Amino acid sequence: MSFQLVFLWSDKLIFLLLAVAVATAIYVRRHEHLLLPWKRVAKNGVAMVSLLVLSLFLLVGLLDTLHFRSALPQTGGGEKVYSPEVLSVFDTLVGPLRTHTEKTYSEPFALTLYAKESMTDAHGNILRDYPRLQYGGAHLADVSQRTADVAKRALIGGGLGLLVGLLSFYLTHRTVRCTSGCDLAVSIATLLLTTFIGAVVSLATVYHVLGTDKVGQDVLYLSLKSIRTGLIIGTVTTLVTLPLALFLGVAAGYFRGWVDDLIQYLYTVLSSIPSVLLIAAAVLMMQVTLDTHPDWFDTAAARADMRLVALCLILGLTSWTGLCRLLRGETLKLREMEYIQAAQAFGVSSLRILTRHIMPNVMHIILIALVMDFSALVLAEAVLSYVGVGVDPSMISFGTMINAARLEMGREPMVWWALAAAFGFMLVLVLAANLFADAVRDAFDPRLNRTETAT
Amino acid sequence: MIAYLIRRILYAVPILIGVNLLTFALFFVVNTPDDMARMQLGIKRVTPEAIEKWKQQRGYDKPLFVNSAAGGTDQLTDTIFWQKSASMFVFDFGYSDDGRSIGREIAKRMGPSLAIALPTFLIGLVVYVSFALLMTLFRATALDMAGVALCVLLMSVSGLFYIIGGQFVVSKLWHLVPISGYAGGADSFKFVVLPILIGVAGGIGSSSRWYRTIFLEEIGKDYVRTARAKGLSELRVLFTHVLKNAMIPILTGVVVVIPLLFMGSLLTESFFGIPGLGSYTIDAINAQDFSVVRAMVFLGSVLYIVGLILTDISYTAVDPRVRLQ
Repeated sequence: MSFQLVFLWSDKLIFLLLAVAVATAIYVRRHEHLLLPWKRVAKNGVAMVSLLVLSLFLLVGLLDTLHFRSALPQTGGGEKVYSPEVLSVFDTLVGPLRTHTEKTYSEPFALTLYAKESMTDAHGNILRDYPRLQYGGAHLADVSQRTADVAKRALIGGGLGLLVGLLSFYLTHRTVRCTSGCDLAVSIATLLLTTFIGAVVSLATVYHVLGTDKVGQDVLYLSLKSIRTGLIIGTVTTLVTLPLALFLGVAAGYFRGWVDDLIQYLYTVLSSIPSVLLIAAAVLMMQVTLDTHPDWFDTAAARADMRLVALCLILGLTSWTGLCRLLRGETLKLREMEYIQAAQAFGVSSLRILTRHIMPNVMHIILIALVMDFSALVLAEAVLSYVGVGVDPSMISFGTMINAARLEMGREPMVWWALAAAFGFMLVLVLAANLFADAVRDAFDPRLNRTETAT
Repeated sequence: MIAYLIRRILYAVPILIGVNLLTFALFFVVNTPDDMARMQLGIKRVTPEAIEKWKQQRGYDKPLFVNSAAGGTDQLTDTIFWQKSASMFVFDFGYSDDGRSIGREIAKRMGPSLAIALPTFLIGLVVYVSFALLMTLFRATALDMAGVALCVLLMSVSGLFYIIGGQFVVSKLWHLVPISGYAGGADSFKFVVLPILIGVAGGIGSSSRWYRTIFLEEIGKDYVRTARAKGLSELRVLFTHVLKNAMIPILTGVVVVIPLLFMGSLLTESFFGIPGLGSYTIDAINAQDFSVVRAMVFLGSVLYIVGLILTDISYTAVDPRVRLQ
């Protein structure tokens, strides 16, 4: 089957970020003094387990970033036509999850739909009952067999996962010499995770593990797809925040005078507008621009994607002020240090002082701010989508999931699974990010280390 | 003091002008009024006459900055910028899309907003500071560790979860208070108690952890050691020495939000159906009522700047070393 690779704007930005991250990692590896704080992070068991969880999320997000359009079956000898539907590698990997859609809501592990329907039985009588699902548990004759089947599949899948975990563990242990104290926590977490994933994979092939939503889509699939949106909001935004905050903050602190006044004025104006309102106003305007130019995009996915990128841009433009203020303050302190004054006395150019002496010394502030911001941004996405200024309604995200599920709160019995799934996934992602961010801050912040040893 | 205040207020003027210009650029230059009209009337099948009518109804049919058709001062005053943006400096917000005066609406809706926001703020402050003090008292013990872990967990939960979960448990399962709605007077209690509780609960994680860091930083200082050496009990040290000295960093973050309490909370108000300014803003965003959003942006910045000035004044109250000149 032939296909056409599609690079959406957000994909390109993600790959750019990935390239930057890899380059930085290689650079850090070669410099012992830069590696030192990371070694401190690596000794922290909680941080490494969080990192493990985060990398799982990242893997799903990255797989979901490789997009393509498959070719439609050709009729006649005409030109090749590609499907308007943009799929990702992740979509093809989880195949049945995406394609097995039911009619409407069904509970997790359910065999029947959530609502009763009129059906005709073998004798032609009309009766109202819960219809069987098309895919969920279709291999079972009736509900009584379910518990045994679920247990069996969970055990087999979990066992296989455990085996894979042990195997990979054995292999890495022979190649990578892990000497830090985090070994035990990380290995237990790895084994638990592989077991859990194995069980879920084995169950998800025949059941809707987290139920289905209003149009019958598998909630597990939706939750996994949401990860990419969350990751993009949390990371691509930094592409905007970072250069702005770094250049303006350092310039204001170093040059002082009218440059400082101007930059201070700029960020005071921006930060004096309550951020939700500023974001809302900017997104409303962005919506108008996108809606009045429908000709810019060839697929619906490209349009939704552009809106996501624009949202990141807006979030970045409205949130650089805090970091900028921090960097300005730090630079003000640094520029009075002896080694900077020595450099000035030697006649080193301002540009060189900035790049060579000041920027490396504010990097820890930037890193801490970035990892701390990540979780806040993931949470903000859900809130903004609820307010109506978030991602495109057609884009799968935690925010749109919560928004859709919230409307069904009043139903009896309650449709709780979509909400629970979205909140659960978000909690795991944000918690892991928060714990990792804490470890990074502890390892990199020299001030904090001192106060902690003092008490 | 008075001279200082006047200077601060004068200093606020250029910032407000900046905010005003920024919102003006955002709402009228990024997209022309024609674009907005087309968007609101539907993208396709929209006639130029309909666009003209839409613009005329809202007073958007004027030039942006300079009206060369008019004479005298009208050249500047008979423009969109003067009538829609500059007029906000005298709190003339104009009319919303449904024809009501935005200024009057704001005045009417401040009450319900405050009824939720003020108690949330006050109760929250007491709860967060007490929790942080408790963690500081038991610092470096299992209790402190558990407290910090709880804080990290609580701050990792989405704010929407507190609201939805709270509504579900308290209102739907236990039937203690109505799910949403509002009434004035004594009846308001049963409507506001749940939003207040949820608002307080939602902030425990991040705020308590933040205050704990502040207290821990203070407790490492020399005067604390001296106080202990005098033989003061740990409780006394915490409450009379550490708490007082930690007031400055606490005030920096707290006082600035007091004026913003008038704006209410977007999420809480819209979930609980409180007719305050927060839900007003959300409704305006959903209805794409640009004049209301513009007014709220401006009002928000004014209140924020008032908060900054109040913060400076509050320093003089808690720190005798600070003199405003």
